[in-house]
Amino acid sequence: MPPLNSVPLSWYLILSAILFSLGVAGFLFRRNIITVFMSIELMLNAVNLSFVAFSHQLRQVDGQIFTFFVMVVAAAEAAVGLAIILTVFKNRNTLTIDEVSSLKN
Amino acid sequence: MELILFLLFAAIAVACGISLVVQKHPIASALSLIGVMGSLAVLYLLLGAEFIAAVQMIVYAGAIMVLFVFVIMLLNAGAESPIGKSWPSRLLGIPLLTIFLALIAYLVQYYAPSLGVVRFGAVSTGASEIGRSLFTKYLLPFEVTSILVLIAILGAIVLARKEID
Repeated sequence: MPPLNSVPLSWYLILSAILFSLGVAGFLFRRNIITVFMSIELMLNAVNLSFVAFSHQLRQVDGQIFTFFVMVVAAAEAAVGLAIILTVFKNRNTLTIDEVSSLKN
Repeated sequence: MELILFLLFAAIAVACGISLVVQKHPIASALSLIGVMGSLAVLYLLLGAEFIAAVQMIVYAGAIMVLFVFVIMLLNAGAESPIGKSWPSRLLGIPLLTIFLALIAYLVQYYAPSLGVVRFGAVSTGASEIGRSLFTKYLLPFEVTSILVLIAILGAIVLARKEID
């Protein structure tokens, strides 16, 4: 058990790995397209935590810059992805990903 | 004190993450994701990344999640129909997940034993240092990002507009 005024950096990495695994699980097991999309956001957040933790470890600001870029890309992705979801719903009237399979045939 | 704060908010983040995966209704998943993002912002503050913590709250928990909740409301997304699970998946799912996560924790501890410790206040990165780095070393990626955001705006408008005949 470490002293109360410090946290081992590896704990942050383990937390990041756990959150990433939960994101992967949500991405694989859920069938609502919006929930799948939110699982992707959870994975991006987990990676951001790793970036900031290593930025702290190396005493460099670069990791936080990368986190910043990931956030910008996530915002752009959310805008376009949700627009795609709106279009899919307009055309097919469903949000279940199993029913959107026209590329399969 | 820092250890208690870390454990508290890590537990909140993991609980909200599990809730995101387990909840049947998308709006409950969205609220869980906001919980994850808020507790991650506290962890960023503990790591000394003040600017990233603020941006996490404003951009992620504010803008992006409002967009998600808006779309869920707009599409009137209901609860998922339950998926038929076979008995091995019911029985083995949670133990296997626990073993997998324990393995990950062991591997991180094994391969990175020399990582330091995090003390609150030891490192503090404000907006000025990030801005200096962003506008000197990372100027080209920053400008490319602006084009990316412009394309995303155009794409969202084109995809979501109404066809006018």
